[in-house]
Amino acid sequence: MERPLTQNIKSDGSTTLLPDYLKTGGYQGLRKAIREYTPAEIQQWVKDSGLRGRGGAGFPTGMKWSFVPMNMPQTKYLVVNGDEMEPGTFKDRWLMEGDPHQLIEGAVIAAYAIQAGTAYVFLRGEYHLAAERMRAAIAEAYENHYLGENILGSDFSLELHLHSSAGRYICGEETALLNSLEGKRATPRSKPPFPQVAGLWGKPTIVNNVETLCNIPHIIHHGVEWYRCLGLTDAGTKIYGVSGRVRRPGAWELPLGTTAREIIAEQAGGMKEGYRLRGFLPGGASTDFLLPEHLDVPMDYASVGKAGSRLGTGTMIILDDKTCPVRMVLNLERFFAQESCGWCTPCRDGLPWVAKLLEDLVKGRGRQEDLAILERMCSFLGPGNTFCALAPGAMEPLQSALKHFRADFENYLPEPIHG
Amino acid sequence: MAEIEIDGQHYSIRTGDNLLKTCLEQRLDLPYFCWHPALGSVGACRQCAVIQYQNAEDQRGRLVMACMTPVAEGMRFSLQDPQAQGFRAGIIELLMSNHPHDCPVCEEGGECHLQDMTEMTGHTFRQYRGRKRTHRNQNLGPFINHEMNRCIACYRCVRYYQDYCGGHDLQVFAAHHHVYFGRHEDGALENEFSGNLVEVCPTGVFTDKTFSRHYTRKWDLQSAPSICPHCAIGCNISPGERYGTLRRIANRYHGEINGYFLCDRGRFGYEFVNSDRRIHRSLLRNQPPLGMKGVVNLFSNLLKKSDGIIGIASPRASLEANFALRELVGAEHFHLGFSGSEQVQIAAILDILRQGPVRVASLREVEQADAIFMLGEDVANTAPRLALSLRQAIRNEAFAIADRLKIPRWQDAAVRTCAQSQGSPLFIASFAATRLDDVATDTYRGGPEELARLGYAVARHLNPAAQETMELNPEFDELAARIASALKSAERPLIVSGTGCQSPSVTRAAGQVACVLADLRGKPSAVHFVLPECNSLGLAMMGGHSLAEAFLAVERGEAKTVIVLENDLYRRAAKPRVKNFLEQAGHVVVIDHLLHETAQQAELVLAATTFAESEGTWVSSEGRAQRYFAVFPPTDEIQDSWRWLGKAGGKSWRSIEEVTKDCAERLPAFRAITWAAPEAGFRINGQKIPRQPHRYSGRTAMLAQAHTHEPKQPADEQSPLAYSMEGALAGRPPALNPSVWAPGWNSSQAVNQFQAEIGGHLNGGDPGMRLIEPSAENPSELATGMSDAIQNLAPIMNRQAWRLRLVPLYHVFGSEELSMLSPALAERTPNPYLALHPEDASALDLKEGDTVGIKLAGQQWRLPVLILPNLTRGLAGIPAGLPEMAWVEQGPVFWDLGG
Repeated sequence: MERPLTQNIKSDGSTTLLPDYLKTGGYQGLRKAIREYTPAEIQQWVKDSGLRGRGGAGFPTGMKWSFVPMNMPQTKYLVVNGDEMEPGTFKDRWLMEGDPHQLIEGAVIAAYAIQAGTAYVFLRGEYHLAAERMRAAIAEAYENHYLGENILGSDFSLELHLHSSAGRYICGEETALLNSLEGKRATPRSKPPFPQVAGLWGKPTIVNNVETLCNIPHIIHHGVEWYRCLGLTDAGTKIYGVSGRVRRPGAWELPLGTTAREIIAEQAGGMKEGYRLRGFLPGGASTDFLLPEHLDVPMDYASVGKAGSRLGTGTMIILDDKTCPVRMVLNLERFFAQESCGWCTPCRDGLPWVAKLLEDLVKGRGRQEDLAILERMCSFLGPGNTFCALAPGAMEPLQSALKHFRADFENYLPEPIHG
Repeated sequence: MAEIEIDGQHYSIRTGDNLLKTCLEQRLDLPYFCWHPALGSVGACRQCAVIQYQNAEDQRGRLVMACMTPVAEGMRFSLQDPQAQGFRAGIIELLMSNHPHDCPVCEEGGECHLQDMTEMTGHTFRQYRGRKRTHRNQNLGPFINHEMNRCIACYRCVRYYQDYCGGHDLQVFAAHHHVYFGRHEDGALENEFSGNLVEVCPTGVFTDKTFSRHYTRKWDLQSAPSICPHCAIGCNISPGERYGTLRRIANRYHGEINGYFLCDRGRFGYEFVNSDRRIHRSLLRNQPPLGMKGVVNLFSNLLKKSDGIIGIASPRASLEANFALRELVGAEHFHLGFSGSEQVQIAAILDILRQGPVRVASLREVEQADAIFMLGEDVANTAPRLALSLRQAIRNEAFAIADRLKIPRWQDAAVRTCAQSQGSPLFIASFAATRLDDVATDTYRGGPEELARLGYAVARHLNPAAQETMELNPEFDELAARIASALKSAERPLIVSGTGCQSPSVTRAAGQVACVLADLRGKPSAVHFVLPECNSLGLAMMGGHSLAEAFLAVERGEAKTVIVLENDLYRRAAKPRVKNFLEQAGHVVVIDHLLHETAQQAELVLAATTFAESEGTWVSSEGRAQRYFAVFPPTDEIQDSWRWLGKAGGKSWRSIEEVTKDCAERLPAFRAITWAAPEAGFRINGQKIPRQPHRYSGRTAMLAQAHTHEPKQPADEQSPLAYSMEGALAGRPPALNPSVWAPGWNSSQAVNQFQAEIGGHLNGGDPGMRLIEPSAENPSELATGMSDAIQNLAPIMNRQAWRLRLVPLYHVFGSEELSMLSPALAERTPNPYLALHPEDASALDLKEGDTVGIKLAGQQWRLPVLILPNLTRGLAGIPAGLPEMAWVEQGPVFWDLGG
């Protein structure tokens, strides 16, 4: 099985320096792209490869790039979204710490494809080690002309800056990220204009996830056909992760479309002794619960969607039979309420209420009607009703928990007093 | 136009607007918070949700935010759909989860948009039972109260303060439901438009602190349509009174002038009306009070006895009062009462406006300008509301960018994202930094002569042939070329100048640019000349002799009796000169409402009404004649100046309308002023328009401590308004509408219900009559006079350390006479100073706070040094117009350290 994204990542947790990166074909993709192909051709390659965004929404990457107006000479930006704050998700950190040059190469090719002269890596504030290693790798890349003026002797130049975030979940939303990068409050922007047309400082901007960009060098180096064949259902490989009470929590690069069962049972070694699987969030905290009956669902965009959830970041959180789903959801809703940017009413004032109701419930202060309020909030904070996807995402674990684990919620309600 | 369907009804609407605006214009009640007509849409509050159907067949539809949805032909919506109604009620429920429900003790209560919108959604029962989040409040200075617990986080305040006004010290802090709108620490809000937060905030977070000190509910305020007396822009205001004192100023929407916003001087400067310096009874020097009748007789007899009566008019009194004085003393003895330099400058400006190929831009037109050259006027301090409009004009570039990207202009956040800091060209030439510099394309700093030269250089670049005689100054030639090129390539260029730099050369240079530009473009140029006072232009149009001539007349013994109308001469000329004049004149009669230094020296002082107790007409710097009406009747022995003058002169005027008509008939320039507002006989279905809201309370009880009978309400013979709560509620013409109210709309946002297009003109037309329009032909007198003008310019200053040119520096709080009597405003006023550039100061071995001696306006001053890094070198700045420090100089004045 080929694992292009993680081929250089060592199990001892050390990073990959430039010489090692070069040994496994590093910067060959860039060399090929910049010397042999036009930006339009690179865009077409990526479009044909079937690569979809790995940040959570799964938007086709090549199509995103194609929205950048290429016929006007103007400043353009590439922004690498490394603000990995989805609870339970740690794939981008692994890639940046383990093989930083892969991301740099991907970013340079992407910047070339849209003819951006400046790129930023927007990094989660707490990722100190990743920051350190990225910074060192960027310096190496500059020294060796993979970054800076006239990259590899071509006409193409790119400045790459590393920006460590001040630390808000909402910065993962690409337009809030851009506001934050501009030094403004991290609130999402209204669309249109989409960032591809007017993004960072009002200029055409592509925001891509770290893992997404790490795929690019391999697509260019090995070709579209090779890449498409990597996956089982969708194209490419995916970094899947598992956290919770499994024997070997972690992350693995696997063909896209690997089933949840294989990931949990084989890669993660199955449930810990004495625990049974009750459900799992397939792609981070803001996805709907799936149940053991869904274990054979291939973990790809369409199949997970059909099963009633989202692939999201592809990193699962396991709910075992000894953990209370209500308390788990409370924990998540507290997080989402805390991380609401405060811009729109349903999210800002709705999420704290949801958290409060769950808190009351687990403390035995719940009321019969509270479950109805929670249910109402699930649709009230649903897609289209709020300014961005944060609150609808926050409602996904709650609405599915209310559906699948209703008895757990009801058990917390105090006995009605009969008089 | 397009046809859309809302709840099965068909509406013919303008395409391209957002649905919320469309609904409100169709008088469909749809609640909203974050949207504001002047601030556009951002989609934050989610209050205006409606159902949009995909097509004619769609029965389900989807929820959309009306403020974010552009309307187009054939669209179908529902406001009444249960899902949409439920969602809107749900939003209110969420907002209420933290709102304290303290309406009974909240000053916003009764004019609260949140109350109105809550009622509108029908939400009545809140299921939330948790604790409410609480905040600490801040002291935001003398103007604004802060009660953050009431906040519903609509973000209007910061969008208004930062995006619209360019303010920096009101911000959003924290996140999620802890978002906090305030300053980084306690302190006065710095921006001079902070007062509008009171009306922009949909609830009681920001309220009027000056109003708090004598608070009364909105429904208990008696109001009248009025005009702001604190500068020449002529913003429309709605002052509110109770128990004979003026309680507050609220904005009165005018589609061509102030729109939704006033400046803080206009909003908080009103307390001179309640000042203890008001004159309530006529004063006779060394004599006991005579009573009203006695005073009238005395005044008449005095005039009969005297020969050689001269009158000194007032740029802050009504046209009618000035006209009455002119009638009394005769045109040949009528002196305008401007300071020397004002007189020259205003005459020059009037000349340009009347003769030149120029047209004064209204504030709405200013906002449409796409290239602006501001020469010599510190607008933010002399006519702040104009500065706010200039700031909006900068956005025309942003709108152009948005148009190209097919983003509607009302998509406020989107437009700002696209345009970022790109703005239309604005060039500012001034003595020192201005508060518009942050949006300026380029700034130039110089003394009056340099500013004038820059103006002429721009004119030369616009038309080199016309001005061959002029040598170019390399110091600013490149800048002049860029300014000229920006003006030339603009569609709607605008020239702004005024009397603020006290230099006629600068005014003329600005006029020159406008004339050359008009020649080039083949149509009149848009200009706006800032004038010092609310009726400066009106008085100048009336015409008359100068104050200096009045001084001469007395000195020569030609005049024995002087009538001073609403004017403190110590603000117009040097102290020794005025003192001498008042002493030499046989009799001095002062008619005014404030006991100022001039009044203190008069033999007879007649108590006059302020704008709040009288009706009259002022002409704004736009040349617009506007009528203001009495908010409450005068008490004691106070009466209108025109009445004092009319009675004494044997005129039979019974009402001000007769004075207005006489003035219009006698002076052709004022022919149109009678149409500034409907006549006194105007009625709606036979009814007058009540000044009091229909919910006015306490009528029978409010004077019960004095009388147990209910007194008859004062009659108003002069105007179509009544001192009553009874009368016509609907159909009021805009010029006569004391305040806005509509069923379900108790806050100031009720104005939506009175506009033809929301944010556009008022139903029935914006009030006032423009008196000066460009003449058809383009006389080139101004152009030919130019080479003389250049030669007459003093040589550019030699920057010798021992000789600095004194210039006036204006302060929005402090430079205007009347507003200084408001305690809140006085708190924000600077102390006297002498400002120096750091290098000049160090050359003179002076540091901040050192005291220096200086001779100004015939007086010796000792002033602390203020180091002002953005002041032009070679200049020494003096705060203009502080009490006793009025700028009265004519011609260049120097601070001679040698002497």
